[in-house]
Amino acid sequence: MAKAELIDFDEAIEKYDVVIGLEVHVELNTNTKMFCGCANEFGDKPNTNVCPVCLGLPGALPVVNGKAVEYSIAIGLALNCSIASDGRFARKNYFYPDLSKNFQTSQYDEPIAYEGQLEVPVSSGKVYNVAIERAHMEEDAGKLSHVGGAGRIQGAEYSLVDFNRAGVPLVEIVTKPIFDSGAEAPELASAYVRQIREIVKAMDVSDARMERGNVRCDANVSLRPKGQEKLGTRTETKNVNSLRSVENAVRYEIQRQAAILAAGGEITQETRHWHEDKKYTSAGRPKSDADDYRYFPEPDLVPVQPTEELIEQIRTRLPENPASRRARLQQEWALSDNEFRDIVNSDLLDEIDITVSLGVSAQSAKKWWTGEIARIANVEGKEITELSVTPEDVAEIEKMIAAGKLNDRLAREALSGVIAGEGSVAEVVSARGLEVVSDDGALTAAVDKALAEQPDVLEKIRSGKEQAAGAIIGSVMKEMRGQADAGRVRELILERAKS
Amino acid sequence: MSELYKKPASELAQMLRSGEVTSVELTELFLDRAEKLNPQTNSFLRINRETALEQAKHADELIMAGNAPSALTGVPIAVKDNLTTTDAITTAGSKILENYLPQYDSTVVSKLRAAAMPILGKTNLDEFAMGSSTEFSAYGPSKNPWDLERIPGGSGGGSSSAVSGFLAPIAIGSDTGGSIRFPAAVTGSVGAKPTYGAVSRYGLIALASSLDQVGPVTNDVMDAALLQDVIAGHDPMDSTSLVDSLGQMADFASKTDIKGLRVGVIKQLASDGFQPSVKARFDESIQMLTDAGAEIVEVDCPSFEYAVSAYYLILPAEASSNLARFDAVRFGERVLPEGNPTIERVMASSREAGFGPEVKRRIILGTYALSSGYYDAYYGSAQKVRTLIQQDFEKAFASADVLISPTAPTTAFKFGEKLDDPLAMYLNDVATIPANLAGIPGISVPNGLAENDLPSGLQILAAAKNDGVMYSAAAGIEKLHNDKWGKRMIDFAPELEAK
Repeated sequence: MAKAELIDFDEAIEKYDVVIGLEVHVELNTNTKMFCGCANEFGDKPNTNVCPVCLGLPGALPVVNGKAVEYSIAIGLALNCSIASDGRFARKNYFYPDLSKNFQTSQYDEPIAYEGQLEVPVSSGKVYNVAIERAHMEEDAGKLSHVGGAGRIQGAEYSLVDFNRAGVPLVEIVTKPIFDSGAEAPELASAYVRQIREIVKAMDVSDARMERGNVRCDANVSLRPKGQEKLGTRTETKNVNSLRSVENAVRYEIQRQAAILAAGGEITQETRHWHEDKKYTSAGRPKSDADDYRYFPEPDLVPVQPTEELIEQIRTRLPENPASRRARLQQEWALSDNEFRDIVNSDLLDEIDITVSLGVSAQSAKKWWTGEIARIANVEGKEITELSVTPEDVAEIEKMIAAGKLNDRLAREALSGVIAGEGSVAEVVSARGLEVVSDDGALTAAVDKALAEQPDVLEKIRSGKEQAAGAIIGSVMKEMRGQADAGRVRELILERAKS
Repeated sequence: MSELYKKPASELAQMLRSGEVTSVELTELFLDRAEKLNPQTNSFLRINRETALEQAKHADELIMAGNAPSALTGVPIAVKDNLTTTDAITTAGSKILENYLPQYDSTVVSKLRAAAMPILGKTNLDEFAMGSSTEFSAYGPSKNPWDLERIPGGSGGGSSSAVSGFLAPIAIGSDTGGSIRFPAAVTGSVGAKPTYGAVSRYGLIALASSLDQVGPVTNDVMDAALLQDVIAGHDPMDSTSLVDSLGQMADFASKTDIKGLRVGVIKQLASDGFQPSVKARFDESIQMLTDAGAEIVEVDCPSFEYAVSAYYLILPAEASSNLARFDAVRFGERVLPEGNPTIERVMASSREAGFGPEVKRRIILGTYALSSGYYDAYYGSAQKVRTLIQQDFEKAFASADVLISPTAPTTAFKFGEKLDDPLAMYLNDVATIPANLAGIPGISVPNGLAENDLPSGLQILAAAKNDGVMYSAAAGIEKLHNDKWGKRMIDFAPELEAK
């Protein structure tokens, strides 16, 4: 499918009000599934974490996972929601082969958490107060793989279903419509998702890995001519699973819809799919507000009735809220607003926080994560969290630098080895032979050799022009394949030249 | 009562313990009868000679070692074919499960196994328990041992005809609107529906989750009480199962004195719509109770007028969703459509071919009742009626210990008589449905011969969790009848002969 006609983003914003609404699905990291005792594990052999309940076999009944309820309450509280003291599950009925019972057990008119709000800052410094309509519990569906026909259900030769994911606990967080973000809508959408991710990660209620679908976003976008009261027709771009994609998808939809409206066309109410590789959305299925899921209260489950004590207990265990944590860390790390915003925008707060807690200075931690590591991620077209480098690795590298065992260049090489999956820092250093040569004997021999080869430079040094030593340092470093401490080499050159 | 096969289970259990008979002998006796007579009654869909005898041998070993795990150890039993069994195909009376061998045992079956009760086989039922005559079974109707031209009641007509024809000493049934009690009434046997949640529903192929309850089908009240003691108890796999024990029903059933018992006669279930002789037997029982020192009070349950209507909204609504899983994707008979076999078309053609007319009727009714725009008028209103009926019962039980009514408006009718008139069929359950809507226990005991010299039934209801009170009253009334007639009513049944 070809890209649609777009108009310039600024022109779109000038003509139209942007209204967005975000639905974020968070997969909880409980040990077991939402309604049965099967392991909640990503990446296992297909259809190994299954039982009569999550396979929807005749006669099987669900039982609510109490841990999942606690995690959901924690998310609700972190989003400043009210918690329902009595909430029923409901059945959302529709036929689809990844849905074992052909209904999804969800919550409908009685969500566990409702009416919250979240402050979301963007790069302009503006802070949006995003109103949360609800956060409700539900179960994930299985996973379909379509074989043949370009991997899509239409035209596939056949399709396989993996029910390992069926019944994995989800919390769906739904915002109220956000009206006032204008040109910042794309950035706000991604900042909001990032903040949800930070929150659930900090509380350890989700692995929060977007590339695995632990956190995924459905972005609703509609436009209306400036000054018009009535909302425009919306599209819902489904399952966007990276922060970059959220921003790009919202931006794209604004430009696409604006182009249609400007040409006098009408927006079709539908779901859309985001293609990160080619940066466009394509039409999914038509969606009307009258989609009839025949919701009714789940008769196989008793209502969830968390006690006041339980809710308060969870509240006291909540980690610091992200906004105040950010303020605290910026102060502790003594970073300027710009420096700190770099970190937040690159979504590296957690990594740097942990790195600092391992004894690395804030400046060094920031330098590694927003510098070399971000560069490699960018080159490889990946999210930083997808790279196999940990704060522990960074701390180890810093330790070796401080001990004089690595210089800056060697450290970067060690890091790329770690990211290439060659093992721990120590393993990479030893396998690649990266350690700085601090043996004066070997260095002295190299210095003598270089001085002998460049007698004119030697003369200059002897005549007091010590800056000429640079040329010799270069030769020595080359001779030592970079594995020398430049400071020590310089000392030796001066020493030998004058002897 | 000379023949061994006519003895109640309680007596057989004593003979087993005293060594007068072995479980293998008893099991063989009933297997022989079942194999001989089933061609006439069609009570069993499957007879499990081999596994039943293995289980009997195991029971004998336990009894011999003095380790009988229950009061009914060694007594063979028949199980309705909507409870899953890992060693016998479980069809729920439907073509769509024609060759379905479950992966797990229902909790009730596990309890029977733990009690070392040999399972003779699986009994016939209306498809997915939808019906009052077994005429909607995909495997042909069961016959009433009193008159093979007549229905044995439904949906549990397989169990009722097996027990009243002495093909099995006792059996398991399930009751959603009267499927245990109505068959008991028309076959001169006893059938009890425990309080909702007293017996686990795990592994019961669901009809309507909020109404279904598993219970005993027997030839006397003590047997029913003993069997409830075996199958009842909290099950962590069923969220709606009661946590607290309701006590030992056998103790209650041994108390037969009804002096001072406050017996409520439900005004709405004591006047119109009953066959004259059914009404006459009922009035005689009231007189008998009065003579025995019971206190008769009239109770008013005005909302009962709407019970059948509410029931036929709630049941189809839940059933339409419960039966969605039968899509031939993971199990069940798959029927390929002509032309392109897309997933939707395979699901549709399998369901079209696999479901019978009554199942389709109720799925359509339920789907409609849950549709957006109709939900409040239908499902919503029905739930309100349900609450009103519960309130009627609460008020009634303030002035009465138990409530009585005829179990059914008529004695057994002939095959085909109501097959084309769903409404007439539905009205069979007018007296039994309110107990399911309110979740209270109910039992049907024989109440003398009525129209065509066929048995009629008396229904005794008690307040929720007062199953014990119900069993005491039922045992007392049973004793009055046995004293009056000189023998159990089942002993008036004609002897079945093999053709």
